[in-house]
Amino acid sequence: MTIFGVPTQALFGQLLIGLINGAFYALLSLGLSVIFGLLNIINFAHGAQYMMGAFVAYFALQWTGLGYWPSLLLAPVVVGLFGIVLERTMLKRLYQLDHLYGLLLTFGVALVVQGVFRNQFGSSGLPYTAPAQLTGGYNLGFMFLPTYRAWVVVFSLVVCFATWYVIERTKLGAYLRAATENPTLVQAFGINVPRMITLTYGFGVALAALAGVLAAPIYQVNPLMGADLIIVVFAVVVIGGLGSIMGSIVTGFGLGVIEGFTKVFYPEASNTVIFVIMALVLLVRPAGLFGRAT
Amino acid sequence: MSTLTAPGTSARPVAVEISGTTPIHQIVAFGAMVTLLVLAPFVVYPVFLMKALCFALFACAFNLLVGYVGLLSFGHAAFLGCAGYASAHAAKVWGFAPESAIVFGTLVAAALGVVIGALTIRSRGIYFANITLAFAQMIFFFSLQAKFTGGEDGIQAVPRGTMFGVLDLRQTYTMYFVVLVVFLLGFLVVYRSIHSPFGQVLKAIRENEPRATSLGYQAERYKLIAFVLSATLAGTAGATKALVFQLASLTDVHWTMSGEVVLMTLLGGMGTVFGPVVGAFLVISLEHYLAQIGSWLTIVQGTIFIVCVLTFRRGVIGELGRLLKKPL
Amino acid sequence: MNVLRIVTLVAALAVVAAPAHAQISDGVIKIGIMNDQSGTYADLAGPGSVVAARMAIEDFGAAKKGMKVEVLVADHQNKPDVGSSIARQWFDADKVDVIIDVPTSSVVLAVNQIAREKNKALIVSTGATSDLTGPQCSPNAIHWTYDTWSLANGTGSAVVKTGGDTWFFLTADYKFGHDLERDTDAVVVKNGGKVVGKVRHPFPNADFSSFLLQAQSSKAKVIGLANAGADTINAIKQGAEFGIVKGGQQFAGLLVFLTDVHALGLEKAQGLLLTESFYWDLNDRTRAFSTKFAERHRQAKPTMAQAGVYSAVLHYLKAVEALKSDDGPKVIAKMKELPTDDPVFGKGMVRADGRKIHPVYLFEVKKPSESKGPWDYYKVRATVPAEQAFRPMDQGHCPLVKK
Repeated sequence: MTIFGVPTQALFGQLLIGLINGAFYALLSLGLSVIFGLLNIINFAHGAQYMMGAFVAYFALQWTGLGYWPSLLLAPVVVGLFGIVLERTMLKRLYQLDHLYGLLLTFGVALVVQGVFRNQFGSSGLPYTAPAQLTGGYNLGFMFLPTYRAWVVVFSLVVCFATWYVIERTKLGAYLRAATENPTLVQAFGINVPRMITLTYGFGVALAALAGVLAAPIYQVNPLMGADLIIVVFAVVVIGGLGSIMGSIVTGFGLGVIEGFTKVFYPEASNTVIFVIMALVLLVRPAGLFGRAT
Repeated sequence: MSTLTAPGTSARPVAVEISGTTPIHQIVAFGAMVTLLVLAPFVVYPVFLMKALCFALFACAFNLLVGYVGLLSFGHAAFLGCAGYASAHAAKVWGFAPESAIVFGTLVAAALGVVIGALTIRSRGIYFANITLAFAQMIFFFSLQAKFTGGEDGIQAVPRGTMFGVLDLRQTYTMYFVVLVVFLLGFLVVYRSIHSPFGQVLKAIRENEPRATSLGYQAERYKLIAFVLSATLAGTAGATKALVFQLASLTDVHWTMSGEVVLMTLLGGMGTVFGPVVGAFLVISLEHYLAQIGSWLTIVQGTIFIVCVLTFRRGVIGELGRLLKKPL
Repeated sequence: MNVLRIVTLVAALAVVAAPAHAQISDGVIKIGIMNDQSGTYADLAGPGSVVAARMAIEDFGAAKKGMKVEVLVADHQNKPDVGSSIARQWFDADKVDVIIDVPTSSVVLAVNQIAREKNKALIVSTGATSDLTGPQCSPNAIHWTYDTWSLANGTGSAVVKTGGDTWFFLTADYKFGHDLERDTDAVVVKNGGKVVGKVRHPFPNADFSSFLLQAQSSKAKVIGLANAGADTINAIKQGAEFGIVKGGQQFAGLLVFLTDVHALGLEKAQGLLLTESFYWDLNDRTRAFSTKFAERHRQAKPTMAQAGVYSAVLHYLKAVEALKSDDGPKVIAKMKELPTDDPVFGKGMVRADGRKIHPVYLFEVKKPSESKGPWDYYKVRATVPAEQAFRPMDQGHCPLVKK
């Protein structure tokens, strides 16, 4: 059986591949969304922080011999701390201003970070291999599924839904959401809102770093690995609706699949299709698919 | 009701502040700028100056939108680049004279501005930035795929030709003064728009859109006109640039170019008359003189972004104007 | 308008007056190394090319011979507009006599035009487009190290002859990729092979899984990678993950440099077939040169692009010395007249169309077990002799060549 001249078997494969790529979009856009939801800042440094996550994994292996599994924890913590410093020293001065200043500042941070890494480590990238437990793959009949890719999908789904659960269903999440609406009131209840904001930013950045570690064995660990990705992920967040947690998860996976199919039917356009969708969505629903109109 | 021409003669509150004369310090500043630019090519490498002038016009056009309407477009490269392709193609393939090529490029940008503007102008803030980015990415894709743009190579070896049948643009100095005239015309158009009743309405919309609307101004129409004007002038810059460098390429439609114009305007001073010009010259000089140091360039640019946002959001000219207590 | 006329007149006079000077313009030979100092192609050319140029000047003994040689460096960021404005500035204001290296085909073509317009010299090492010795050939330019035709010919014919007769192309969607795909396609078909499919991926592209899946289901024996740099690296790396090579298919890299293999690691790159015109471990002369190079460049062995810059600078200086002038087209003519001899390519020559001639090699990347240490990556599978390595002059449509 074929659809538009492509065997359905092959389409199954592409669907799965699309979901895998969607997992990265979901994880990255989730971080952006969490940050925007509470800080009202578009974190343009997200791509650079994703790259830093991959580099921390690489350094851990080179310098201390710590492998992949410890890096899954270590990289988010290290890069998250970097984010916290950034928030304390720079971002907190911008909360009273237009969103655009936050975007410009983090864009500057991204340029600096990428420039420094490129100076130090060149641009061909550094190799990083998947742990032995996750090499190999399964023959599914219609495609060969590498174990590592399967792991990426499962792990991202778990992280995404855990985050969603914490923010939407727990008391901590309720404070967070309340602080977005009315920080003064939440402060009056004895909750340290500035600290909560700082930690949230650190958490969002940590998610980016986590995605970086997941990506390291698939791509090269490359100073520019996040440079173009940020634009795409940003589009995912906007389509999902800025600040909507579920929106960014669903849109992330969905766009991964759409992009995957574009790669079969019109591969040249696979970088552009997301922007076409973004334009269409914003024309019909100005606040994105899951966003609330302001 | 035709609000487009009415405000000039009406006595609506926002229009009252308009004074008929240009403040003296702005005339002095303008005179100083023109003198410097006339003398500069005899001291500084003229091709570099031409590049800076093209970008200065681009930044002025961009500033009209971000500084006076409060709309940050993250897709302005589309207008710069498309006009460049149009004028290069017209000059090279159709054999247009340079003045017609520039006009043609400008018109293409204007037309594109009308289409994109009509679709996007209702969005606000961050959504506006995104939707313009989305359209610019589509234009980029088109430029990459279309046959006539030459893909990665761009349109090369564009003839500069002879302007009005007398000015041989292959002479560097002749080309320079033509570019200078184009820039000054563009600059004056922006200046005039800002200081006209139309400009006052734009500022009113920027400050408080519902109030402007309640006063009877059709805010969206004003915004759309400003958008198209901004796109048109960005197009003039792109069309001229293509002739100067005899090249139209993907760089000018890439999203990083949209980022660069934000940097110029921010550094010079958003919403100031001379800021974008100064910002463009600073950024282009940096790129020019730091070209040797490779990736340090992005570090320097990034640092400028950070410093600007944290310490002087008014930009170089904005801060200067504040010190002198006169808007520049 | 009067002022304008006078100004243009003065400028015109200055231009006329310049060539009347002593033979070496302003007493200094200025070599401009223009390449990608910080982006995708920085590792395979970049700062390493500058090191190679400096070594050539020293080995030539410029200082002893009383010749003043200066090296200028610029980063063209792989953008034709940046490249052409640097070239103009160099020729107009900085009195650069020759531009050398220049990766990225689009920039090569832009700079080529400017060199011709300003009557200066251009020697391309890293740039690949075979148009430079074809329709775009110029009396001011030489193409030194390799080109798309030689890569396609080297890899295409050798692979088909050794049994790889069905091909699937992964092509970067821009001119360089299209050229490479077109040239290789022709070679494959000419040698009796068949192209069963192709897919054009955006440039740059990070995730190749979808394209690899399409290549896999095509059942082609060979997957030709008509791309470069990070794209090639990612395609091969992810190919290993999807078991492409284990499944019996083979990658043929149409433009792979030594630094790409270094970045991939042998585990991922083993078995890859590729064409280059230089490898550090070919003979005693290449080994001696490469050891000296490595000492000065982060212990990295030179790529063919960097070695080509060394060879080009050496021959350029020889021609300038023989001619006692650094006038662009005259030096280029002299370079074509003198035979070449250097540690990189051995003995060779430059053809009338500007094509430097030397052998090219088909290499196979070693298995990790075969490698004796860092940078020991290739074994020679076949040698294409100099006279067959490049496109015959009569097929290039170069206007300089009279038929």
